[in-house]
Amino acid sequence: MHDEIDFDQILSQYRADPYEYIEVTTPHAGRLVFKTSEEKPVSGPSGEWQHLPGTLLYELERERNVKPVRSVVNGVVANLERALDGQFVEAGEKVMIIRHPLKKREIIDRILRNVLSMFLAPERAKYFFALDIQSRIDKHGQRSISIKPGDEVLTMSLMKRDTPVLYQGEPGIIHSVYFTPGATVDQDQPLIGICPEDKLPLIQKIIARVKSEWE
Amino acid sequence: MEHIRKRLAKCEEGIRYLCQIKEGCEWGNLSGLLAKLDELKASFYDYSEDGFSDEVSQIEEAVAFLAERCQEEISSMDRVRIVRSPLRFSLKDILENVYEDYTELGGEGEANIDPAMVVAKANILRRVKNRVFTQQVMVIGHEKGHGEEFRNGGSTKPWGNEKALRFMQVAETEGIPIHSYIFTPGAYPVEEYPGAAQQIARNLYAMAKLRVPIVSIISEGGSGGAEAIGLADFRLMFSHGYYSVISPEGAAAIEGRVGEGQKAPKELVEQCAEYLKITAQDNLELGTIDRIVEEPPLGAKHDDFAFFKRLRFEMMRATDEVVLKTKSLRAFRAYELKLKKAGDDDVLVNPDQDTNLHIDISWELNNDEQKRLLALRAKKYRAMAAKAYLNDTTRFGEFCKKTSTRAAKVYYTVVYDILKRQQKQVEKVIKEVSGEGSSFVKRLSSPFTAAYDFIAHKPAGRAGKAPSAAGRQEALALEFGDTYTSPLANEDRTVTCPNAASRGCKDLWVPDLYGEFCGVCENCGHHFPLEYQWYLNNLFDRDSIREFNAKIGASNPLNHPVLRQKLQNVKNETKRHSAIITFQARLLEVELVVAMLYSDFRNGTVGAAEGEKFVQACELAKLQRKPLLAYVHTTGGIRIQEGTMGVIQMPKCTLAVRDYVDAGGLYIVVYDNNSYAGPVASFLGCSHYQFAIRSSRIGFAGYRVIRDTTGQDIPPDYHSARNALKRGHIHGIWDRREFRRNLHQALMTMGGRNLYYR
Repeated sequence: MHDEIDFDQILSQYRADPYEYIEVTTPHAGRLVFKTSEEKPVSGPSGEWQHLPGTLLYELERERNVKPVRSVVNGVVANLERALDGQFVEAGEKVMIIRHPLKKREIIDRILRNVLSMFLAPERAKYFFALDIQSRIDKHGQRSISIKPGDEVLTMSLMKRDTPVLYQGEPGIIHSVYFTPGATVDQDQPLIGICPEDKLPLIQKIIARVKSEWE
Repeated sequence: MEHIRKRLAKCEEGIRYLCQIKEGCEWGNLSGLLAKLDELKASFYDYSEDGFSDEVSQIEEAVAFLAERCQEEISSMDRVRIVRSPLRFSLKDILENVYEDYTELGGEGEANIDPAMVVAKANILRRVKNRVFTQQVMVIGHEKGHGEEFRNGGSTKPWGNEKALRFMQVAETEGIPIHSYIFTPGAYPVEEYPGAAQQIARNLYAMAKLRVPIVSIISEGGSGGAEAIGLADFRLMFSHGYYSVISPEGAAAIEGRVGEGQKAPKELVEQCAEYLKITAQDNLELGTIDRIVEEPPLGAKHDDFAFFKRLRFEMMRATDEVVLKTKSLRAFRAYELKLKKAGDDDVLVNPDQDTNLHIDISWELNNDEQKRLLALRAKKYRAMAAKAYLNDTTRFGEFCKKTSTRAAKVYYTVVYDILKRQQKQVEKVIKEVSGEGSSFVKRLSSPFTAAYDFIAHKPAGRAGKAPSAAGRQEALALEFGDTYTSPLANEDRTVTCPNAASRGCKDLWVPDLYGEFCGVCENCGHHFPLEYQWYLNNLFDRDSIREFNAKIGASNPLNHPVLRQKLQNVKNETKRHSAIITFQARLLEVELVVAMLYSDFRNGTVGAAEGEKFVQACELAKLQRKPLLAYVHTTGGIRIQEGTMGVIQMPKCTLAVRDYVDAGGLYIVVYDNNSYAGPVASFLGCSHYQFAIRSSRIGFAGYRVIRDTTGQDIPPDYHSARNALKRGHIHGIWDRREFRRNLHQALMTMGGRNLYYR
């Protein structure tokens, strides 16, 4: 965790520009035909299983194989390289930018990931809180649990074998939990986000401000 | 005044019923009548009793006149709406009014495995002279309820059909007849265990040889859902019911290529209902039912007690007829029953008429009678839809075929039933003797062998024989040859694997993909579809294919206005006459009979011709004692334009399969590409040994039908072969490149050394 966090600056940065700019580049060489235009809204995959494809952005033809390229996020098309329409392009060529408006949840998530220290999954397995931690969470809530390096915080369950997972990282309290007990978590995915106790009021304040100020 | 108020209420019910039938109150000025009715109700106290009675009489007359007119010009779609009316009788009404008493089994009301399927053990009374006998029956049927939502409109889930099957088997154990009542718009199309298609197939397979009389009666017969309990020795139908391959709305959506969420035009729905020939009269003419049970004009309702009396009589009469046909001593009773037929038509007109049969017929069957019952059932379905396909064979050809079949029958009976049995007996004795002998010799020689091994320093345990040259040759023979390359490989371009985004597959060069890789992505193993000719050329031994019945062709039995031209076009394109190819082939030393449904011909849909060819393939395999392979390149279900001529192929083919399997045959089904609906829910799904080629999809209904019916979206891999494997529908997923090897192994493992294994 950074010692000095200028939350005002972070907030004003998001307020001034509440977008994520996703650069769309060609996956390989080929003749490009745009299927969208500047400032046109596009949507990413949707549906319960993300099975409904996103908006068609352009088609790339290589060796008579016309490949449709679709948007992976919601947003608006910007900086469309209209000059490339109908031209042969190389792989990795920037063709447009999708301006994706950040939602309140995304902003909070980004800020938290920036300021909390993340404890990542050492292996692809199912994770549970250690029994005493779980009972304390049940009793007092997760924010009351402070942990330090070497504490047995989690239990990793792999093929019905339980292995204790010792915490390595900055001491602090468990601020965010990113896993569901019993569900498989991939390796290197965040399990818990830790925040030093003295920084907690500041983080809570900033979350409250984002929640209240953002539409 | 109370009785006049009741008459008024009855009038209103009549008008609203007519509005339902005519889908709106515009017809026959029904809206005017309704307005007048409202006016009368509002000014109830302004009239004198006589004056009000006169007004009501006028409305009664008008309603009666309109009802008569409606009945005169009743259309197929009107009948569909009658059947769907909440005022129509349901199974519970039948149980209350037709049977003496009953106990519901497998749940009650909402507390039920599936409230859309009701099973009850019921008693029915038979009066003979002055004595009364009670006969037990198992009543199985769909329950639509009168507007009860939890009944799901009679749309049964797989576990509901499983319940029906369970109690059919109870009836078989107890030796009591089954009365099945069909009130379903179709099965609930979900793939959750055991899967809608799989359960219907299991029901059909079991019903094919259920050793008790089955009488079914159709009110609303929606395709596969109806067949799940509809295979019967005697099939009745209510005069205002409908029996169809698909709902008229569904047919219109397909014919009119209507997008999802949009409604097909009303006129098109009406047209489709007419083309599909769904009425009782149509079905009687087509031979899919045996008799019509007359209802009062515009259909019976839940309080038509005279109708229930007639129904009781009809159900008993049908059961008696089925039972009598199995009896050796039946002439007088059959005659009596026939006489009863002639004089019974005015039961509805005169409810006081005696509807008792006064014939003493026991519904219990002995072993011989059961055998006769099953033989008659098989014969009945074998004869169905016999005129619904084209057969160009000349009379002389037919004669030759019959003669050669008879000769083959004699030959195979001699070879397998006489010589082979003797040979097996002799072999068995020789095996026993040689086993005894070798044990004896081993005991005598073992000290000498041990001493020799010790002197010669041989390690303990003698090494087995090295793989023989013949074994290596066999392994080589199982590899694909280079005899045939798909014409798809002739294009100079690349294609993208559908799994490219998730698995990182590179673009595939088409000549490589369809040539060397046999249409399989070399990175993720996704199988691209290949034409059926690839399998014909690569799966079986070279030049071993001998097609039969190639001349049997699909026709247009219902005179559908578009089908004829479509069939002609596809026949010209494919140079074939139907969507199934039946042939004999060889795979190494194994001779087998194959039925192959393929996509090029109307998407592999099954109609009367396809069914007939499949049945004949079963018969040939049975006759020649060969294993039967059904390879499904693609099937889109039953050909809807053939209506119930198509639906009837489900029980017909399943009976043929059951006959073949019971005679000891080995029936293997392999699904490829897309296999859906009727065929999977009957003669394919009933196989004990089902496999699938990778990337294939197997299911009952497609995405759109599921979304329309259940209102829920389904995951994209809902129909995947992997899911079918998970729920136990199939037993393995084969790689196309290993098809020949896997099939050979399956034949050897499942069939054993003699293949014809019992």
